[in-house]
Amino acid sequence: METLSIYAPKLVTNKEYIASGHRACSGCGEVLAVRYVCKALGRNTIISNATGCMEIISTPLPETAWEVPWIHTLFENASAVASGIESGLKSLKRKHGYTKEVKVVAMGGDGATADIGLQSLSGAMERGHDFIYVCYDNEAYMNTGIQRSSETPFGASTTTAPSGKNSLGQHTQKKNMAAIAAAHNIAYVATSCSSYPFDIMSKVEKAMKVKGPSYIHILSVCPTGWRCASNLTIKLGRLAVETGIFPMYEIENGKYTLNIDLPKLRPVEDYLKLQGRFRHLDKDITAEIQEKVFDEYNKVKRLAAGNKAK
Amino acid sequence: MTAKRIGIESSLAIAEAVRLANVDVIAAYPITPQTHIVEGLAEMVANGHLDAEYIPVESEHSAMSSCLGSSAVGARTFTATASQGLILMHEVLLVAASLHLPIVMVVTNRALSGPLNIWGDHSDTMITRDSGWIQIFVENGQQAFDQVLCAFRIAEHQDVLLPTIINVDGFHISHVIEPMYFLDQEAVDGFLPPYKHPHALDPDKPVTMGCFAMPNLYTESRKALDTSLRESKKVILETWKKFGEMTGRYYKEVETYKAEAAETLLITMGSYSENAMEAIDKMQSEGRSVGLVRIRLWRPFPYMAFLEAVSGAKNIVVLDRAMSLGGPPPVCSEIRSALYPQEKRPQVVSVVGGLGGRDISPDDFEKLIDIGLGRIKIGDTSETIMFGVRE
Ligand SMILES: Cc1ncc(C[n+]2csc(CCOP(=O)(O)OP(=O)(O)O)c2C)c(N)n1
Ligand code: SF4
Repeated sequence: METLSIYAPKLVTNKEYIASGHRACSGCGEVLAVRYVCKALGRNTIISNATGCMEIISTPLPETAWEVPWIHTLFENASAVASGIESGLKSLKRKHGYTKEVKVVAMGGDGATADIGLQSLSGAMERGHDFIYVCYDNEAYMNTGIQRSSETPFGASTTTAPSGKNSLGQHTQKKNMAAIAAAHNIAYVATSCSSYPFDIMSKVEKAMKVKGPSYIHILSVCPTGWRCASNLTIKLGRLAVETGIFPMYEIENGKYTLNIDLPKLRPVEDYLKLQGRFRHLDKDITAEIQEKVFDEYNKVKRLAAGNKAK
Repeated sequence: MTAKRIGIESSLAIAEAVRLANVDVIAAYPITPQTHIVEGLAEMVANGHLDAEYIPVESEHSAMSSCLGSSAVGARTFTATASQGLILMHEVLLVAASLHLPIVMVVTNRALSGPLNIWGDHSDTMITRDSGWIQIFVENGQQAFDQVLCAFRIAEHQDVLLPTIINVDGFHISHVIEPMYFLDQEAVDGFLPPYKHPHALDPDKPVTMGCFAMPNLYTESRKALDTSLRESKKVILETWKKFGEMTGRYYKEVETYKAEAAETLLITMGSYSENAMEAIDKMQSEGRSVGLVRIRLWRPFPYMAFLEAVSGAKNIVVLDRAMSLGGPPPVCSEIRSALYPQEKRPQVVSVVGGLGGRDISPDDFEKLIDIGLGRIKIGDTSETIMFGVRE
């Protein structure tokens, strides 16, 4: 830790674009992820933010935590608003002597991205707008009280898919947004996690170099919704990666690279047992989850290995 | 005034007005009867006649959302829609007003599902009534062309900064070819100053747009928006005056036709007013004391001008081309509430007609007025008359 405090300031700007004083829960992984994203983006950025935790914690009228130009309008339209911003700037440049180089960024939670906003995101990617989409994925609708989303993992208990006598909670598998984004044939897609600041920042920097759409999906630990201790945020994010539950990879022009390729995955139980949302799971279900994680992890591995072979 | 007269479809005239306004961004999704407008614009962009970004969005929700973004960075922004498209946008419309983004939109008014119906009435725009947009009705293609140009000037005026809808009746105006006067570029440039948003999204001057408000500030925000909308009338009138001086075509919030000293006044909005005028001509020639009042400015509602226009009347027959299912129709409600505080109040009878593209001919208007007067005579004005309905 001491060594880090010597080196970190040299590696990371100490300028904050989402200022402290916001109202996120203690241990919030989303705001951590957003903070690193913004550090990498820098000042020449316009953010279009979907409704959700990050909007609510940062902008109670008349206050704001944002130090970059930022707009929130609705839940499902951040990508469409970003499309308009990007097109507007293009027009201003061509017609009215506008000279600034601005990166347009849309951001939203998993609900805003994978559910209600999927259409507008797909439209914006398909049209090829020059923008970065960042999904900070805390695996449920947290702002409205931990309701399930299509990113909620199998077996998690949420308020609209609770575990009970006749239910194990979420009975569907997590939607693969990175693959959906990649299916739009965009140049850069990546997954990352709130416990890996340098990974987040380097991926944002890569995305900034892309002309056209890019997509970054960041697993973001939410102690409130995951029902875990708020000092476990960093640890849980790492466990998600180390168990293979959330592999970190990039898809550049269709080519997969596994960023952290572990020779041996930790058992999923290490991750599940620290979270109240999985408390009800028995051995059989845990084994089922373990198997599925191997499957999915190996799929990504194969895709990455396929690239190398070429 | 420099002007040429040409025969053209109203939709294409609207596209021409948008081109003359040198719009920066168009985001639109096709829906009948708006299609000719956005196709016309796409063609202009494709041929280099208009230098603009055309965003072929995947829905109307995204059309209006893209408009928010482009207007927020200071780009002049236009869209057009109708019917289902307008109501799919609805959530976004309210945000456009609350963020003070001066988007201009043409609505080619059309009925709402269900049943599905592609023809004209005012159901779509009436659902948008309370959205905070300035809302103006036109009666023909020339007015549509004129009002689109006026709309940019009104919406983008620094004292207004509010989005503006021009209501153009689907098919009855949008698809009609009529002779009209265009303006040349020089005239438009002189009339329409460049758009500048005072708080545009800009990295050199970061602003936060779209905060949420707690109960301690929400009421104040809504009050402020309402005040801006009401006060926009000053700029609307100023703009119409300037436009009149330039073209000789003068517009008013409430316009009358042979209404002076008429005992009975018919109230209409939009294209059906022209058939109504024919009916008034005929009835007056037969010695009947009838006149016509047309509401042009729907939001902000022109209470004073309206009261003045009807001050001498004994009877008022209001035509609504929309319903409020289970309650009185919107225009009539507005008029009744405008009249209620008045000491001397005319009798008001409510008629719904012209739904889903059903015509109301001049003869029909005569009948409609007589049915209304019949109800007033027997003192039974509580129920809305569904004109021409088969039971
Ligand atoms: C059209 C619409 N439907 C529902 C809501 C209510 N709502 C606001 S935020 C939210 C959930 C946000 O979840 P997510 O996108 O995952 O972000 P998080 O809060 O977890 O960061 C919901 C359901 C809304 N604002 N708008
Ligand atoms: S609920 Fe979760 S995501 Fe939302 S602010 Fe709290 S910790 Fe962060």
